[in-house]
Amino acid sequence: MWELIRANRRKSVFLVVIMAALLFVVGYAAGELLIGQGGGVIGLFFAFAVWIIMTLVAYFQGRQIFMTVSGAQKIKKEDHPQLWNVVEEMVIASQLPKIPDIYIIDDPAPNAFAAGRNPANAAVAVTTGLLNRLKRDELQGVIAHEIGHVKNRDILFMTMIGVMLGAIVLITDIAVRSMFYGGHRRRSRTASSGGSQFELIILVAGIVLMILAPLLAHLIYLAASRKREYLADASSAQFTRFPEGLALALEKIAHTPIKMKKINRVTAPMYTVNPLQKASAKAAGLFSTHPPIGERVKILRSMAGGSTYMAYNEAFQQITGSRSSIVPQSALISPESRPAGTAPPGPVPGLRQMEGAALLAAAVPEPATQAGKVRQTTDALWKARNYRFIHCDCGAVLKVPPDFKRREFKCLRCKKVHSA
Amino acid sequence: MLGFIIFIVIVAVLVIWVIGLYNTLVRARNAVKNAWSQIDVQLKRRHDLIPNLLETVKGYMKHERETLEAVTQARTAAINAGGVAETGKAEGMLSGALKSLFAVAESYPDLKANQNFLALQEELTSTENKIAFSRQAYNDATMQYNNKVQMVPTNIIAGMFNFKEEEFFEIEIPTEREVPKVSFSE
Repeated sequence: MWELIRANRRKSVFLVVIMAALLFVVGYAAGELLIGQGGGVIGLFFAFAVWIIMTLVAYFQGRQIFMTVSGAQKIKKEDHPQLWNVVEEMVIASQLPKIPDIYIIDDPAPNAFAAGRNPANAAVAVTTGLLNRLKRDELQGVIAHEIGHVKNRDILFMTMIGVMLGAIVLITDIAVRSMFYGGHRRRSRTASSGGSQFELIILVAGIVLMILAPLLAHLIYLAASRKREYLADASSAQFTRFPEGLALALEKIAHTPIKMKKINRVTAPMYTVNPLQKASAKAAGLFSTHPPIGERVKILRSMAGGSTYMAYNEAFQQITGSRSSIVPQSALISPESRPAGTAPPGPVPGLRQMEGAALLAAAVPEPATQAGKVRQTTDALWKARNYRFIHCDCGAVLKVPPDFKRREFKCLRCKKVHSA
Repeated sequence: MLGFIIFIVIVAVLVIWVIGLYNTLVRARNAVKNAWSQIDVQLKRRHDLIPNLLETVKGYMKHERETLEAVTQARTAAINAGGVAETGKAEGMLSGALKSLFAVAESYPDLKANQNFLALQEELTSTENKIAFSRQAYNDATMQYNNKVQMVPTNIIAGMFNFKEEEFFEIEIPTEREVPKVSFSE
């Protein structure tokens, strides 16, 4: 696990450096184009300032912004014990230092995401649609995927690289717009001074860069994002020792025709399944944040060699025909690859192999009906909003808003008087 | 003079590298210890939940005295057990007793509608899962650590500073290992 995080960090630093270089080149070029010769340094400083401010906001406020934009509500354990327990189980399996904050989003479309800059500051959010539709095993797969993102430090990385993408887009946008509207002045000045050949080349190169840079930055961002999704799927299999759980959940999410309500292009890449991407897509286009669901399911299903990172990697290479490794080589230590003469440790037993799987399957309390499950979820939302639950003798449950002032009120069904 | 500076730099880099390797070994060993203590935390939690469960169930399951007593006895045995082998065996017995309690509860519709019982069932199931996951995490951590102890270059440091391999957690109870026998003939 440590190797994985460290190898990830090395790769991340590399990508961040490339993005930063692109950002500064764009800043310099924009300065040269807009201000004229010698303006490049000013452009450079401007790009740097934009980047620093956006990064600071994203680092300290990113999680809060995400939660507010998606309308997520923080819950306590009493609000939805099952969700809480499932998260806690995955925290134990992944050896995270602390249980992340748990949020519920009131949305019928099933989905989930993780946010926060580091494991100590992480948060996991799931929609009510997800809770209503998934069985415990499947929910566990999805939560393990999110915990995988937290564990592999994906959130911080994707936020940082996303911020740089945003800064590049912003600067090129400003440059192109002001060239379009205010370009006459500059062009006439160039013409009057004769306009050297060299200056013209710079101008053309600058314009080409303004068009290509955002595109390039976007491609880097998306490629990184797709790779992280595969890795989180691999982590999910490793933590639950049950790849089928996530596979079933992904299928259910893909086959639900409901669109998410509060979604935009900024928050979309953060979800388990990209809500803006067509579920039926067959191939991973250059412009998608997530790999196609069908392929993710197929990889999870063909993990013949157990549920380790290595098994996932083999399945990945087999299904996609790609030779690249989803998991860094250093994390793929198999019993065979150990030095000669040392004792093999034997297979590492996982949950399913260790405990009687029958116990888990039989004793998991699923609410008997779909209605029961939906009630459990909606109750969680009421409780998260601090409504009080009063059980009347007639069997009705009264939900009292937190700002309800009257001392006494009648049961709506049997008219019995309750006091607050 | 230049040769001396180069020599000093090489030595310094080597020392920093060795310290790094040593620290990864310590980190891996601490992860193993921490994972082990997690198992105890979850086992203790299960012991604490059982009296509540029995209290809730008692009123409904009047004719299941034996099942309830088996759970009580298994709990007492698990709390008093000492040593890894004995603890493993006792906790296995407790798992089995709880399993049959929940199986019997299936035939009491009133009990299954009881909110308190449902909440406790979720808690106990989750605790059962957490015990299993903490054992799994222990084994994952142990595998990481043992790999480091055995593989180049950390094995050299491990040999110098006496880092020993840790043992994997394995099930002590033979019945839990057996593949359940399914018979279709009457």
